[in-house]
Amino acid sequence: MGDRWMTAMPESSLENQDISCNSSQFTIYPSMYPTQFAVHSSIPFSKNSYSILSAFCSEENISQCISYINQEVSSLGFPAICTECSGQPELNMVSVLNTVYELLQLHRRSQRTLENLETEQFKYSSNLEHLQLSNSKLKDQLEHSKRENTGLFERERQLQMKIKSLQNSLKNEKEEVQKLQNIISSRATQYNHDMKRKEREYTKLKERLNQLLIDKKDKKLAIEVLNYVGRSDGKRSLWKTGKTEARNEEEMYQTLLKNYESRQKDLMVENAELKKVLQQMKKEMVSILSSRKHSLKGETIEESLEQTASDNEEDVCDSSRETLELSCEHAREQLTNSIRQQWRLLKDHMEKLNSQASLVQNGKWVDNDVIPRKAHEEEMDKLKLEIQQCKDFIQTQQQLWQQQLSSPCDDETAALLNDCYMLEEKERLKEEWRLFDEQRRNFEKERKNFTEAAIRLGRERKAFEEDRATWLKHQFLNMTPFIDRKKPQTSYSHSALSKSPESEMKIVSTPGQLKKSLSHTSFSTPKATPVKMPSTTDLHRTLRLIPEHRSFKTQPKMGNLQDSILSSDISDKTRVLKAGNCSIYTLSDAENSPK
Amino acid sequence: MNFSEVFRHTNQLCRVSPDGKCLATCVQYRLVVRNINTLQILHLYTCLDQIAHVEWSSDSQFILCAMYKRGLVQVWSLEQPDWHCKIDEGSAGLVSSRWSPDGRHVLNTTEFHLRVTVWSLCSKSVSYIKYPKACQKGLDFSRDGRYMALAERRDCKDHISVFVCEDWQLLRHFETDTQDLSGVEWSPNGCVLAVWDSCLEYKVLLYSLDGRLLSTYSAYGWSLGIKSIAWSPSSQFLAIGSYDEKVRILNHITWKKLTEFEHPVSISDSRAVVYREMERRAVAGSDDLSIHHQIPAGTSLFSTQSKYEICELPIYVPIVKPDPDRANPKIGVSTMAFSSDSRYLATKNGSFQVLSLSWHCGGDSLILLSKEHLCLCYVEAEAPK
Repeated sequence: MGDRWMTAMPESSLENQDISCNSSQFTIYPSMYPTQFAVHSSIPFSKNSYSILSAFCSEENISQCISYINQEVSSLGFPAICTECSGQPELNMVSVLNTVYELLQLHRRSQRTLENLETEQFKYSSNLEHLQLSNSKLKDQLEHSKRENTGLFERERQLQMKIKSLQNSLKNEKEEVQKLQNIISSRATQYNHDMKRKEREYTKLKERLNQLLIDKKDKKLAIEVLNYVGRSDGKRSLWKTGKTEARNEEEMYQTLLKNYESRQKDLMVENAELKKVLQQMKKEMVSILSSRKHSLKGETIEESLEQTASDNEEDVCDSSRETLELSCEHAREQLTNSIRQQWRLLKDHMEKLNSQASLVQNGKWVDNDVIPRKAHEEEMDKLKLEIQQCKDFIQTQQQLWQQQLSSPCDDETAALLNDCYMLEEKERLKEEWRLFDEQRRNFEKERKNFTEAAIRLGRERKAFEEDRATWLKHQFLNMTPFIDRKKPQTSYSHSALSKSPESEMKIVSTPGQLKKSLSHTSFSTPKATPVKMPSTTDLHRTLRLIPEHRSFKTQPKMGNLQDSILSSDISDKTRVLKAGNCSIYTLSDAENSPK
Repeated sequence: MNFSEVFRHTNQLCRVSPDGKCLATCVQYRLVVRNINTLQILHLYTCLDQIAHVEWSSDSQFILCAMYKRGLVQVWSLEQPDWHCKIDEGSAGLVSSRWSPDGRHVLNTTEFHLRVTVWSLCSKSVSYIKYPKACQKGLDFSRDGRYMALAERRDCKDHISVFVCEDWQLLRHFETDTQDLSGVEWSPNGCVLAVWDSCLEYKVLLYSLDGRLLSTYSAYGWSLGIKSIAWSPSSQFLAIGSYDEKVRILNHITWKKLTEFEHPVSISDSRAVVYREMERRAVAGSDDLSIHHQIPAGTSLFSTQSKYEICELPIYVPIVKPDPDRANPKIGVSTMAFSSDSRYLATKNGSFQVLSLSWHCGGDSLILLSKEHLCLCYVEAEAPK
């Protein structure tokens, strides 16, 4: 209804219009006006609107208008608004309304697009403005910088000019200086020349004056002395002769020589001191470097140290030589060279240390030999902890051990246990004592045998001596080759042999050897005759041995004590037995061997 | 400290005898000899004219009084006050007069340095030495008094003559390689003679006693050269003070420069100790001593007590720039003195008013003399080496 009303309105308005409209003005008046009013209508139209509206359509040309509109609409793509029926086009209301609606929509759309376009256009225009502004700004900046650039160029040029001018002036100054120096030197020569000239004149004047004075023979030119005084040193003045001249010369040279000698002495002393200092320095340097040798692995250093060691030896020899030949060039050179070498080594070492220190400071350096302080401390702590732990462990062990030993489960068992242990020990001891007694008895036996043997030997010796004496007598008396000499010899040898069957002496039939053996036996007889003495001394010794052995074999382990005693005893017994079995020789040896 | 009464004198002629027993002063034309301990007048002599120069003989027996204007020299004896001796140079004139080391000869230099006359007091002999050179120090006796070196100028060249003082025989005569010899000085051991050139050229020549040239030393070229020279008492060092305000030390073995000392305007070396005298106006050069010194407070004689305080380094020494257009400018090291053990060297640089520096023979105190003041400086005794 509203639609109808709306559409009816234009019709009614159209109809009410009085203004005639030329139908040819269709194209001029687009549908803008009617649509405007149609859209915003609810307002009663004024006469003007009527007049505009009536320009397109009026009562007369309705059908033309309709057909025109139809054409237009169909050209726009809308369905026809009117239907042709019975000669007069009639409006199809529905399609008209639809078309109108469509047209309205279209119109709205186009308005919207227009708006959009307008906004866009606005945007673009503002952008354009902005760009233009910035463009102008940049242009200004460019101008400005161009100006600056030119200014700087200008300045640079000026400075260059200044430099050039300064250089020129410097050159000029130098030239001037040179010129002035030349002038000075030329003037100096001129002055010298003039001076010389004036001086010559002056000397001439002096000569002249001198001449005049001498010629004048001024009487006043004299000395007036009351009496002549003696010389201060009491000597008489001497005439000037050739002798005095020579003497003067001699004295002069003597003073000079004395001076030189004293100076040379001083220098030598100084030189020796300096050499000593250098030697000392060198030794110290060598010691410093060698003390580092242990921590260093470098072969080169070892080599050089060897070299320096050899140098050192050489120099030690040299120093003694040096004191004699103080001006020995070679020795001096050697010393200075070795010092230089040492110093170089020391310097290298110091540099190395410095670099190491700097690296360590930077924290970059890792070396197997040198442990950084932290790691060192950590290790120290670890070790301390370990030590503590071990100590605790030992403590606990000791406690347990003590417990074990001291407090058993109950007293009886403890006593029994103790008894058991004691019994064992006792048994063992008994056994050992038995053995010991046996051995002692054997030893006594042996000793007895030995003493008897010794007594026998003594007797036999006496007999032998007598035999020998008689034999010698015979020999002496019977110098003839006719008597048989073998008998006494063999008898003597036999007798000697029979005396000591167990002896290890190698008895030879020569009298010299016999004598030797005799002498040996004679030597040992004084010791053998006091029969008991060797044995007792031996016993003493063995007895003494026992405490000695005890002293170094006793450890706080009680069980082993008796073992040790017995073992020492056994060893001594064997020794004693050996002594008993052996000959006089070995006994005497045992006696004489220092213990 | 006690003070004696004040005595008059003229011309700053006041000499202590070498044996230290007597003091000779001049008042106008009178010579007054006093006993040093009692200051009693021992002798009073009258000379013929105003005395210009007084000198004791080496054995303290005679005093020489020279009157340059009249060309007279009068010699007085202490033992015999009646004894007199008068030497008249007459028209030759007199420029300087001195004793010989043996105390029995008087050497007079005549006017214009025409000759040196050697008058003997014990014999009738007179010797003449021709053409001595007129220079800063043309004549020097060796310490032991045996030799005399005299600078001469012949044929526009410098020569040196060495005489034996005993009989005034010419020992050596040689030419030196100098432009204009300015001075000669024997080393204390009498074996080396140092000869230096005028300030227009820096050159030191060292000659041995027999006239051989040992070495030459020259520090630099064109600028003004040597101003003063000093030997160390041990003859080991030769100190050369020059116009460039530096002291250079040469060693006696190689005659090469050992070291050089500067006199900078601002002292900032931390080892230097600077003492400033408070209260008085002109410091007598006490704050311009060589760096090696460690000097505690000194005292000044007479009335005003002045205090010395140690100044903080760096310190700027107030100097007066001399006029460069004048000859013999007052710059450079003009006075030097070694201590007796050769450990210290005192130097005076610039235009300070110190006229002389001398060490006590013990080596631990220094006396500075200016025109009107004197100052004693005591050095801290360091442990002997």
